[in-house]
Amino acid sequence: MGSGGRPPASGPPGGPRRSPPDEAHEPGRLERLGAATAARAAAAAAVARATAQRIGRTPPPPGPFRPGFWRSPIRGPWLTSVFGLLLLVGIPVLFVTGMLSYAAYNPGLGNDQTPTKGLLGFYLFDWPTHPYWLYRLTQGVHVTLGVVLVPVLLAKLWSVIPKLFEWLPVRTVAHGLERLSLLMLVGGVIFEFVTGILNIQLYYVFPGSFYTLHFYGAWVFIAAFVVHVALRLGRMTRALGSRDLAAELRTGVAGTRPEPPDPDGLVPAAPAAPTMSRRGAVGMVGAGSLLLLVVTAGQSIGGRLRSTALLAPHNRDPGSGPNGFQINKTAAAVGVSASHVGPSWRLEVNGHGPALVFTREQLLTMRQYTAALPIACVEGWSTADQHWSGLRLTDLAAMSGLPDAGSVLVESVQPPGPYSSVVLRGNQIHDPRALLALHVNGADLSLDHGYPARVIVPANPGVNNTKWVHRLTFRT
Amino acid sequence: MARFGRWYGSGPLHLLALICSFALTGYALVRLFAVRPLDVAVWFVGAAILHDLILLPLYSLADLSAQSVLRHRTGRVPEVPWINYLRVPTFLSGVLLLVWFPLILDLAVPYEGATRLAENVYLGRWLVITAVLFGASAVAFALTLRRLRRAAHADDEERPASGDDAAR
Repeated sequence: MGSGGRPPASGPPGGPRRSPPDEAHEPGRLERLGAATAARAAAAAAVARATAQRIGRTPPPPGPFRPGFWRSPIRGPWLTSVFGLLLLVGIPVLFVTGMLSYAAYNPGLGNDQTPTKGLLGFYLFDWPTHPYWLYRLTQGVHVTLGVVLVPVLLAKLWSVIPKLFEWLPVRTVAHGLERLSLLMLVGGVIFEFVTGILNIQLYYVFPGSFYTLHFYGAWVFIAAFVVHVALRLGRMTRALGSRDLAAELRTGVAGTRPEPPDPDGLVPAAPAAPTMSRRGAVGMVGAGSLLLLVVTAGQSIGGRLRSTALLAPHNRDPGSGPNGFQINKTAAAVGVSASHVGPSWRLEVNGHGPALVFTREQLLTMRQYTAALPIACVEGWSTADQHWSGLRLTDLAAMSGLPDAGSVLVESVQPPGPYSSVVLRGNQIHDPRALLALHVNGADLSLDHGYPARVIVPANPGVNNTKWVHRLTFRT
Repeated sequence: MARFGRWYGSGPLHLLALICSFALTGYALVRLFAVRPLDVAVWFVGAAILHDLILLPLYSLADLSAQSVLRHRTGRVPEVPWINYLRVPTFLSGVLLLVWFPLILDLAVPYEGATRLAENVYLGRWLVITAVLFGASAVAFALTLRRLRRAAHADDEERPASGDDAAR
């Protein structure tokens, strides 16, 4: 208050420095007060501007903050926009297929590991059983596309690295907020890719449950992604239009010249001689994506192509014969032993009225149905259709006294764990292909595939096709 | 508007969009950080730092080093742009390792017990793929060198008296 050596805005009425004519006393005082306040504000603003200018003139520290540090002659808005466009197509597909996978787990039914999801589950719907290969497709796309986009993501981040070191770090409020948003964008996208890629390899080093981390992380990321796209879409389209793609694809190293200087500072101030053309850079990234596709996709396609997935986790069959298809978790891995499923095993069916209890022999005397359905895992791999046979869930519901059951709790003999039980919805119970399977491909289920009985439901995520079932509780 | 722009540094729409985005971010972050918040934050921010301040500088440095170290070894080979014959297979082999390193380096402890598949096949496969990539690149480079030498030779024969080193 009153700093800067300025006189006080208004002295006490009738003070020694004032000799006002009495008739103009009140209005004059107000005017002077207003004028003085404005003057003080203007002075403060001037001081602030001067300070900002002084800060603005601070030279960048040496190293990456200097404009001459980044020298690649192919960095520039056009190249960044090419990679950006690929991600603009790919990432929404990843997001949508990811959200579909979340819906496929039926979190609304009590299978939920994200009970605090709140509005983030706004779109949830009854996961269908048609087409029966739906989850196989959506999750195969989710995982394979995620893997294939890794080189594109690396290239995009490489192309904009000078922006990380731009000087000043924060120029305006808008600039500061946008950079905070970019931290969410870059941290979010790498967090999502890393947790996803580690999870499909069963490398559980991330801090907590994959399901919750990957789900909430996706929302943090997409919030930043949408605003990034909104703020940069115009710049991207202009940059893409600034060069002729066909001409670019004809230009080798010798003809490669830097793009004209851009306001974002991606184009180097002191470019080095080119060692790779833009065509070469895009081609190398494309080759990386193609190579990853080749060594990965086979685990989701299956059949003879499975063995082409040289580096993917599910690229070989674990055995031969009727039970020789992919296993998600073996009996030993989840603590199920022969004693759990020996002659004393019984199936308990609850519904309306007293519980029904069956031995496996009794189940085998009932009418058996068949269905050809795949196993499709959240990890992206899947099997071709396997030929299951057993009892229809809808028949079991009728036996329990609830022919129109709206849900069923399926419990396994496996020790309590994340997927030792599951709740299935009415549409899944009443699909005629939804079975409590006792046989597969003409043989008894093996222990690793859920002997004595397992659930198999069309389009259901693999882990919700509970194995070693011992109790079904139908509910209205 | 103009005064807002001076104060804020961009238009009001920019501010509205960012606040909307941050609100959603906050909504999801609270839930992301509900369990082990510190570890999750370290992973989240660490992911960006690991890439931007470690991985990217390392591969950039490796690239620059390869160019400057190997430049002195090229000897009599004329100016052939060779760096990409090293860069491309390194990049391809590198992204395979980056994506599949838990399996390649046998780090996924539950893998064999869960899937009934052996994990020890991946290192060998990655090495074979790497060998094929570098081998193919070497062959391509050799063919390029041969083509250039032949072209140089043809030039020499066309102009036999033009240079004093034509007899070489």
